[in-house]
Amino acid sequence: MLKIREKLQQTEVWKSIFRHNYQDTNRNRALQIVDNVFLHLHPVRIPRHATNIGYTWGMGGITFLLFIVLTVTGVILMFYYRPAAEYAYEDMKYLMNDVAFGPLIRNMHRWSAHAMVITVMLHMFRVFLTGSYKAPRQFNWVVGVLLLVLTLLLSFTGYLLPWDQLAIWAVTVGTNMARATPFLGHQGPFGPQLGMRIDNDVRFVLLGGTQVGPPTLLRFYVGHCIFLPLIASIFMAVHFWRIRKDGGISGPVSNDRE
Amino acid sequence: MDNPSGPGTENKTPPPAGNPPVASSSTSAPAVAVPPPKPPATAGAIKKPKQDKPPEDDLGIWRISRRNFFSLAGWAAFFVFLATSTIGTLRMMFPRILYEPPSAFKAGFPQDYIVGEVSEKYKDDYRVWIIREADGFYALSAICTHLGCTPRWLEAENKFKCPCHGSGFRRSGINFEGPAPRPLERLKIALADDGQILIDRNIKFLFENGDWVKPEAYLKYS
Repeated sequence: MLKIREKLQQTEVWKSIFRHNYQDTNRNRALQIVDNVFLHLHPVRIPRHATNIGYTWGMGGITFLLFIVLTVTGVILMFYYRPAAEYAYEDMKYLMNDVAFGPLIRNMHRWSAHAMVITVMLHMFRVFLTGSYKAPRQFNWVVGVLLLVLTLLLSFTGYLLPWDQLAIWAVTVGTNMARATPFLGHQGPFGPQLGMRIDNDVRFVLLGGTQVGPPTLLRFYVGHCIFLPLIASIFMAVHFWRIRKDGGISGPVSNDRE
Repeated sequence: MDNPSGPGTENKTPPPAGNPPVASSSTSAPAVAVPPPKPPATAGAIKKPKQDKPPEDDLGIWRISRRNFFSLAGWAAFFVFLATSTIGTLRMMFPRILYEPPSAFKAGFPQDYIVGEVSEKYKDDYRVWIIREADGFYALSAICTHLGCTPRWLEAENKFKCPCHGSGFRRSGINFEGPAPRPLERLKIALADDGQILIDRNIKFLFENGDWVKPEAYLKYS
């Protein structure tokens, strides 16, 4: 038995997956993180203060966890949901009433979405309170603000997808604000002077028409499932990378001086 | 420039212009050949080497040579492609055909309406109320002037009430409660050639602009 294991551990495949034997040395522990693609986002070493949950609240990490939960449950929901006006509401009802574990997955998606908006806000609140937006982290604050906007847009586009009265009217009200966009909206400042009408302004592009209708559902679906998560993922990668480039996770001032 | 060979050596031929003086004396005694470089008189006189700066007259990529021409043409083609693709994609986002109800529609014959009635017959399809009064008709747009929901006609209370945020409008369209900032809009109403009522939702009459007294905002009929 031991011999088989020893042989197995000397194969190319084994060595390319598990690249180090487990000797508990500092170097090996570092290499295990550094050489693993799934762990390399995590720093090799973290300062002692970073383990104090009271300082960071872990809100950024919780937000990221929720994003992963949303991605996984969202993909599962895509197997049953069709983004067409005839089907969307029926599919939502089907998921909630007849699909095995459908209510669990949809509720996970829905509650995680609500929670993510809250944790993003709390994360921002914590960063503000601890002054972690100050140099050299000011760039990451800007990235974070973009991520906040993307989170809200993801929340808003997902709101339409059940295609019930609440969804349609909430999005009607929300997108009516786009009428007043400066330069690009037909009721906004300088909009009419630039030739903006109800059928060629920015709201028209968002809705795919002059009112919330089937094209809007499709547009919001594509934005919700493909476009916005992709953009958010890119900004998240930059966000996490900047944390380390800007000197690691923010900590109390006295520890920063060490 | 000092002659490094010093006054001791008589070299009749002067060094050629542009060449370093060492070259002329390289054949002379090795002891005097290469003096150590003198320290500069003042520290401020040191100039940074210009290694990482191109010469002043170097145009870089913009110098048109055969090689650069193809490089420039390649980049130009790339950016032209990128720009046209972007414009085309943006244009694609503007649909040419809308599967929406037409803006102008015929709403039946005037004698179909009862005096004093607020007709909701065309509300579902066109978001329009047609109100019959003793001496004529007017058409109200069923779009709340607050945030664009569809209000409901409450016959018993003789008012339009928006379910979204509670705006209320009189039968005339004048707002009197809730957050709506202005009255409902009236729409162009006329008689078509075949005698039916014709309503054009694209032509709006706003109370705050004094449009309601215009002839097209009210269809005289008795």
